[in-house]
Amino acid sequence: MRERGGPGAATGAAREVRVVHVMGTVFSFDVRTPMTPAIDRALDAAEEHLRHVDAVFSTYRPDSQISRLAAGTLTLDACPPEVGEVLALCAEIAEESGGRFTWTPDGRLDPSGMVKGWAAEAASDLLFEAGAADHCVNAGGDVQARGSAGPGRPWRIGLAHPHRRGDLMAVVTGHDIAVATSGTSERGDHIVDPRTGRPATGLTSLTLVGRHLTHVDALATAGFAMGGEARAWVAGLPGIEAFAVTSDGHAWQTPGLPLWTAG
Amino acid sequence: MMRRAVLATSATVAGVSLLLALKPHHNGIAAASGQGASGGGGAVTVAPPVAPGSAGSGGSGGSTGSSGSSAPPKQGAKSGASGTYTGSVIDTRYGPVQVAVTVARGKLTGVKVLQTPSENGRDRRLAAMAVPQLTQEALAAGNARIDTVSGATYTSEGYINSLQSALDKARA
Repeated sequence: MRERGGPGAATGAAREVRVVHVMGTVFSFDVRTPMTPAIDRALDAAEEHLRHVDAVFSTYRPDSQISRLAAGTLTLDACPPEVGEVLALCAEIAEESGGRFTWTPDGRLDPSGMVKGWAAEAASDLLFEAGAADHCVNAGGDVQARGSAGPGRPWRIGLAHPHRRGDLMAVVTGHDIAVATSGTSERGDHIVDPRTGRPATGLTSLTLVGRHLTHVDALATAGFAMGGEARAWVAGLPGIEAFAVTSDGHAWQTPGLPLWTAG
Repeated sequence: MMRRAVLATSATVAGVSLLLALKPHHNGIAAASGQGASGGGGAVTVAPPVAPGSAGSGGSGGSTGSSGSSAPPKQGAKSGASGTYTGSVIDTRYGPVQVAVTVARGKLTGVKVLQTPSENGRDRRLAAMAVPQLTQEALAAGNARIDTVSGATYTSEGYINSLQSALDKARA
């Protein structure tokens, strides 16, 4: 699907939107730099990259490299180099989160918590390198934005209300910004605390804001698994801001969260 | 929630404009029930902060909170009472606040702030709040044209009715 026009058109900005159904969710590409053949090719390449990543990393496909690696029928050396890259990133985040991020839940090999954000940031890099200085990639609710949304205007990213579909809680803003939200409102208790083996409790929604989605997304997953402990942990993460909704219906945020306010 | 407010006095507490609403007579005085009021039986409640900038002036501000829910005034609350009334510690979003008021012959003569949020307390509590809600109407009224939405990962089916889907389809 390609669309020109859109809200940006009212302010004279270009807008090219492409929507890709992949990895069990939907990736939305929103390019505000005026389109060029190079950017168009980069969108194709980004879409192709996502399908490639899904084929390599899907734990739902028995023939994926990650499934065969887990089954012992494939060695890491025989995998595409990005498998080693992702597993190394997993190890890094696992350490940074005190084991709350894991790529081996229940002893299975499953780096899914890393793959989506990493793939989205890689897709964003492809667009940027092709000249799309101003664009946004939304990977099923996790966002990597670059540049501006319009002339002199930073990106405005709404944070979905976990209990009221269609409403927002806040709007964060920035030029080069990554926003990732972990929560249960869309798919139930799908985040397990690796230290207890049970669904994480204490938080309904945790949004982290930083620069790089690979990092921010994986940290959000880890932080969500921490529940109530996430608040103190997040406060010590350099370059990361947070907005959370607790299971008892309250919210908290870090002081540096780049909130957009009217006026 | 105690919101018995009549006389509004705006005060700046730790840099935060906080609306203190006090009423020395009529039905504005809450039942003290053992709170240590030195000069009488009444305790003055402090209204939780109202939206910034809405602080009324004079005797009419904050009157919405005074109707209906107030406990009957204790002895000494009628006009002509004198003494110092110490309010309960009220948990505001900025931290605990406690005030005492001095009343002479039924008239408010002084307000003393006994407890305000400490810096640490303020920092801690500034970050805690009820879950805000920006409805589509509020967003439209505030001209908050958002570009994209972050939320819990939706499925391919969940996307169809999502706000992100609407944004992707939006045309000027």
